[in-house]
Amino acid sequence: MNKTWIIIKREYITRVRNKTFILSTILTPLLFVGLIATITFISVKNVDREKVAVVDPQGILKGNIENAKAITFEFPADVDSSNYKEKGYTAVLYVPADSSKEYRLVSKKQFGLIAEGNLEDKINQSIENNMLKTKYNIDVKELEQQKEQAGNVNINQAYYEGSEVKKGNSALAYGIGYGSGFLIYITLFIYGTMVMRGVMEEKTSRIAEVVVSSVKPFQLMIGKIVGIGAVGLTQFLMWIVLIFTLLGVASALLPTETLQQASDASQQMNGGSVGMAKNAATGFADFKGTMAAANWFLIISCFLFYFLFGYLFYASLFAAVGSAVNEDPADAQSLLLPITLPIIVGIFIMINAITNPSGTLAVWGSIIPFFSPIVMMARIPFGVPGTVPYWQLILSMVLLVAGFLFTTWACGKIYRTGILMYGKKPTWKEMWKWAFRKY
Amino acid sequence: MDLLELRNLKKHYATQKAVDDISFSIKKGSIFGLLGPNGAGKTTLLRMITGIFYPDSGDIIFNGKKFNPQEDVRDIGYMPEERGLYKKMKIGEQAVYLAQLKGLKKSEALEKIKYWFTRLEMESWWNKKIEDLSKGMSQKLQFVTTVLHDPSLIILDEPFSGLDPVNANLIKDEIFHLAQRGATIIFSTHRMEQVEEICDHIVLVNQGKKILDGTVNEVKQTYKENIFSIKTSEAAAVISSHLFDVVEHKEKQLLVKINEGSTSNDVLQHFINQNLTIESFNEVLPSLNEIFIKLVEGTRATRQFQTVA
Repeated sequence: MNKTWIIIKREYITRVRNKTFILSTILTPLLFVGLIATITFISVKNVDREKVAVVDPQGILKGNIENAKAITFEFPADVDSSNYKEKGYTAVLYVPADSSKEYRLVSKKQFGLIAEGNLEDKINQSIENNMLKTKYNIDVKELEQQKEQAGNVNINQAYYEGSEVKKGNSALAYGIGYGSGFLIYITLFIYGTMVMRGVMEEKTSRIAEVVVSSVKPFQLMIGKIVGIGAVGLTQFLMWIVLIFTLLGVASALLPTETLQQASDASQQMNGGSVGMAKNAATGFADFKGTMAAANWFLIISCFLFYFLFGYLFYASLFAAVGSAVNEDPADAQSLLLPITLPIIVGIFIMINAITNPSGTLAVWGSIIPFFSPIVMMARIPFGVPGTVPYWQLILSMVLLVAGFLFTTWACGKIYRTGILMYGKKPTWKEMWKWAFRKY
Repeated sequence: MDLLELRNLKKHYATQKAVDDISFSIKKGSIFGLLGPNGAGKTTLLRMITGIFYPDSGDIIFNGKKFNPQEDVRDIGYMPEERGLYKKMKIGEQAVYLAQLKGLKKSEALEKIKYWFTRLEMESWWNKKIEDLSKGMSQKLQFVTTVLHDPSLIILDEPFSGLDPVNANLIKDEIFHLAQRGATIIFSTHRMEQVEEICDHIVLVNQGKKILDGTVNEVKQTYKENIFSIKTSEAAAVISSHLFDVVEHKEKQLLVKINEGSTSNDVLQHFINQNLTIESFNEVLPSLNEIFIKLVEGTRATRQFQTVA
């Protein structure tokens, strides 16, 4: 036990002291928060504020058009396309004299997507208002008031959990589930590969035999897995602390007004690249409000459990692959496939489970150890024991721990043989024999 | 007293009998040579002695008790043929780490490392990394990490491969020094001239079996072919005789093989009777290299894979 501890310490310290580790631990949250802040900032600043002079001899728009967020309309007397710039306008809008819809906008610059959309909306609306007034004699402002009085219906989703009634928030659950499922998926790969590389390093640098003449191969493998797992946990905790601190600092620095604007602006946007900015901006604006709604204690402790045991379950498999291959990275690739495949299948089940967290696929996916670390984390935010009954959670956890013990035992035997074998890559049949022979 | 005794050790792999019923014993404080061609089963044998492999059957007696890998690794230093160190780790830390894995406390480890680093003039290496060292330097470091914890049994598998003559001599002197201080050394190689120089006792294995066991002198006596070298002041007139066959003939020097039934004195008499002045007359013992080749040649050099029933 004591020697395993020495190995754990070495694995941990050499990695934590590594410059790449320090940089990635500090830079990732900075990058993450920086990206969100930049997108928010850009989405606020990027909305063009235009002053448009309207030439409207018939008076179709005058008194009917409202200023939009991005555009102000004015009706000066002596402005035309020759002098609008000097008067401080970005554009001149000519309203057609007849009933045709040929509105002409004269400007030196191309209007942004948002500003142009705004312009069209406003003109259409004012024509509509004008028609309503002249034809039916309806005052639009009065109509709006009436509409408001009629009231809006809000659906407040509530579900019962024990004696307590909780407010449901499926969008938040979706976000948390998706995020944590994906995070576990990525970490399984990152730290699993790190374990495999570590084992390969020991094998190819020929230190394995020196070490196993002092300690049991199993101790060396466990020491490596636990050491790297501790590195992963350290990195995670630092990321969480840093991200929360930075987000807190950022949202304190940015005035609430700006955040509100960001949220408003984002609602007017549409389209591909704008959509992403929209999500980030809304997410940021909503950040404080929604954080309180989730059961954070349960989610974080389950996350840590599934992160840890998911990692332990897969790490020994990665170690076994690392022990079986030699210098050739191509060998590692082909042997890795059967390990990466279930992880990738897991992420697909997770994507399905998040839209249907009580479906058969979701339930089984969250119980079978190969997928459960990823899939279960997508279901838990929807509620325990509402969406995930206790028996499923407990069965899933027990099976994962049992699975971890089994893979570690079997892979320990593959590792023991593989680490001292040089020469050709073993076949699956040979590795199977190593794992299940008696001695 | 024997430090190590192997009794009927067997280890079979799926396709070959790597070690097939080998027994021998090693005296405390001796330098023992384990010889054999490539693939003879030496490494498997050594891995069993170091507790890395368990024998299929047979016993290993270490220090009078049944060998217990967990406890006895503290007393064994093993430098395998396939050896290496962590490339990115600092040399000092690496030495401490390996010593700790052997069961030394950190303070003890530091003390011993200081002793050895001073002894082999390696003090300035502490903060360097392995990747900065030449092959010979890392070999030296490897030797230090092997003997650092004062093991009573030191196992060296091809310790001189990659070393220049100066460093090889340095390590050789250290090996003698360690043996003088009571350590037992198993020295595995297929370089016979080194064995002749260093080892007291040798065992030769081939195809998983022991085919030779004894002190270097005993072995040579066993395999001697009664060949004598005679040097005379002037060329001999009559050289043919029923007493011996001429193996090699130069003007004033003869290499003869004495026939069965006659003795060296008879041969000497034969030349003295010719009124020659004998400058030297001595027996020529075979070199270990010759014995090795003689015993191993004829068997397939690389082992054939055979199915084990």
